[in-house]
Amino acid sequence: MARYLIGRILSAIFVIWLVVTLTFFLMHAIPGGPFSSEKVLPDQVIANINARYHLNDPLSKQYFDYMNNMLHFNFGPTFRYEGRTVNDLFAAGMPKTGALGGLATVISLIGGTVMGVVAALRQNKTADYFVTFLATIGISVPSFVIATFLQYYVGYKLHWFPPVGWGEMKNLVLPAAALSAYPIAQITRLTRTSMLDTLNQDYIRTAKAKGLPGYVIVFRHALRNALIPVVTFLGPFFAYILTGNFVIEFVFNIPGIGQFFVTSISNRDYPVIMGTTVLFATLLVTFNLLVDMAYTLVDPRIKLTGRKEA
Amino acid sequence: MSLPVDAFTPLQHELKAEVINRPSTTLWQDAWRRFKLNPLAMGGLVVLSAIVLFALVGPFFSHFDYKTNDLESVNLFPNWVHPFGTDELGRDILTRVMFGARISLAIGFGSVLINLTIGIFYGGISGYLGGRVDNVMQRIIDIIFSVPDLLYVILLMVVLGSGLGNIFIVLGIANWVPMARIVRGQILSLREQEFVLAARTLGAGTKRILMKHLLPNSVGQIIVVAALQIPAAIFMEAFLSFIGLGVQPPLVSLGSMAASGRLNIPSYPHSLLFPAGMIAVLMLAFNFVGDGLRDAFDPKMRK
Repeated sequence: MARYLIGRILSAIFVIWLVVTLTFFLMHAIPGGPFSSEKVLPDQVIANINARYHLNDPLSKQYFDYMNNMLHFNFGPTFRYEGRTVNDLFAAGMPKTGALGGLATVISLIGGTVMGVVAALRQNKTADYFVTFLATIGISVPSFVIATFLQYYVGYKLHWFPPVGWGEMKNLVLPAAALSAYPIAQITRLTRTSMLDTLNQDYIRTAKAKGLPGYVIVFRHALRNALIPVVTFLGPFFAYILTGNFVIEFVFNIPGIGQFFVTSISNRDYPVIMGTTVLFATLLVTFNLLVDMAYTLVDPRIKLTGRKEA
Repeated sequence: MSLPVDAFTPLQHELKAEVINRPSTTLWQDAWRRFKLNPLAMGGLVVLSAIVLFALVGPFFSHFDYKTNDLESVNLFPNWVHPFGTDELGRDILTRVMFGARISLAIGFGSVLINLTIGIFYGGISGYLGGRVDNVMQRIIDIIFSVPDLLYVILLMVVLGSGLGNIFIVLGIANWVPMARIVRGQILSLREQEFVLAARTLGAGTKRILMKHLLPNSVGQIIVVAALQIPAAIFMEAFLSFIGLGVQPPLVSLGSMAASGRLNIPSYPHSLLFPAGMIAVLMLAFNFVGDGLRDAFDPKMRK
């Protein structure tokens, strides 16, 4: 176990280093400097800008400076927001992105599991068809379309929840619903299939034969095993919650990291693009490590060893 | 004692069990037979064919052009002349949906063709050579896999610049990892089978065994993965269009139409509804066909 963990952590560090390096060199491979799309500036101004952002240093020095800064969680200055650093943007955006992502995570996990279980227990009945229909919409309509519909019809027309804005709990409802549309659909499908599978196992029949009440069978016996495939989806799930934020925060005008990222793309604000990529990649690699460890907790049949199965 | 040889006559055995009373079916016939029995998959296939026809042939029957502005008929609601209405520059939305579907389908098929090529090469080599080479190649795949594809798709699009050609390339190189994994898994299990040993005994070289024996036998699985990756690529292009890295005007894809139609939703919801609806139908059809293919090619399902 310890050996496996150390190996995984080392490889995680290696992956993060690789992402940082690739990001750095990709950003520097773009023809023209980050300021070349601006209107024509006097040479002296360009020279000053380049000196200010150390763009005249040799690439190797820039790279090592950047790596050094990364180690100290210093993502450097932004090119577009005068006087603000990428760290400032992250500090401002993190609580919003975190709250939105957290709420969407809770909604997707609970909602998806409940809907999946209901569909499985009512297989081929109205409830099953209804849940399957909702799940189908979730995977086939782009999230920005779902977000727009929710924002306009539920927020603006029906006045159930504020269509834009930030600050109160009710502001979070529509963005979180839009963000969880896709993962909730996936979790519902996974839970439904796996629950149907589990309900046909012999030990469930044994439990029924023992005369256990239905809810004990469903929650104590079936659901715990049926959730194992859902745990395998957690890695991609967190990836989706993080990257899905790009769209949702932009549509609902939430000043989180996702919105900064999308704006930084059209602004060609390279430090923000690099910083976000590195931040998200680091978060995900960490999540994946945790998810892998969670497998052993939910499924005693899986044993972590130093070797991976081929 | 001895019996003369003529005393023995061959027994005219007519064992019913030995007679093959059905013609042998090939993998394709078998898969197609099972596919036909799946109503969702067949429905998906019919809808998909209709959309392909709509996208390829439709524009020839349209009186309008997808990029010519007509400022006298701006933002019209659906009517007899413009069944889907017109957009903010007076362009016929039906014609644009046809063209957009064409581009979106091209992106789906084109990028999958690229990742298919990379995936087959990578997975084939990794699976066939095995051992240390395989180990190293799999570690590389693990690393690429641990970074969400969306992040490096965005990075590469920023670096290369938006445009149809770059979308093909970027989506193509973004999705080859699952393909390589499937191909490798197939090759690994197939190369241990007797027919490969037989081929090698007959003197066939690595290239011949790979091309003539291993790959044709993995085709089923490869098609299944490809069928499910096409809608994923279309979806991702829609996302790229939304953040401004997709196809650039005057070219349209379904995603870029939906992204610009989004802004008109308060007054002219039809400019979002039609392209978005088209994306949804396309996604559903592809997913049903993909699921149907998976069931059809999955040996475990064989009855």
